[in-house]
Amino acid sequence: MQAVADGVFKALADPTRRAIFERLARDGEQTVHALTDLAGVSQPAVSKHLFVLKQAKLVRDRRDGRETHYSAQPQALAPLIDWMSLYGAFWRERFDQLEHLLERMEK
Amino acid sequence: MTNTATTRTLVIEREMPHPPEKIWRALTQSRLIEEWLMKNDFQPVVGHPFNFRANPVPNWNGIIDCEVLEVEPISRLSYSWGSMGLKSVVAWTLTPTEGGTHLRMEHSGFRSEEDAAYKGATWGWNKFIGSLEQVVAKLD
Repeated sequence: MQAVADGVFKALADPTRRAIFERLARDGEQTVHALTDLAGVSQPAVSKHLFVLKQAKLVRDRRDGRETHYSAQPQALAPLIDWMSLYGAFWRERFDQLEHLLERMEK
Repeated sequence: MTNTATTRTLVIEREMPHPPEKIWRALTQSRLIEEWLMKNDFQPVVGHPFNFRANPVPNWNGIIDCEVLEVEPISRLSYSWGSMGLKSVVAWTLTPTEGGTHLRMEHSGFRSEEDAAYKGATWGWNKFIGSLEQVVAKLD
């Protein structure tokens, strides 16, 4: 799990890769051409960044004729998520529901 | 090298105006657990593997993999809790009080905030964490 987290972190340490990943996560599937227009770097550079993101399983590619489409795989972020704060909110809500259930239950 | 990072524990405690026996039932009877937590095939038997199941959503199958670790009737219950790469343990402790029960839940095994990779990566994830928070909030 540590190795996976490190790979994801390294892939996202580069600001251009972060920008590419954020764009894919926000706007959905894109071609390399569309991403190149936005990234402000050459197409080979974008392709190289996409390769690193793909290695970290942060993006997936799909061939369609001569174009390759890329899409974000946000679940790859799971090792980095602050589970503790998510579960803090989750359990507090569940405690409330448990109390409601106890009020409905017979002694 | 990889196991040196310390982990954090989430603790929630509440005084409940109900006897421990009743709370124990809500924590250990599958049908009752479903009413306040999630669908499940829990059995109060040490070593029993089971799942909690929420509605699947994009990028999450809604399944939490668990195994019963401790069953001390009306006082202590714990199970492992694994989902999306999180390996953790949920432990319940019931202590009788004058007016009912002191219920304590410890959810342990969260990676430490001091972990460099973890800390660096918490930057700017609000958009994604926002949607994941909704995922967790909708675990019905």
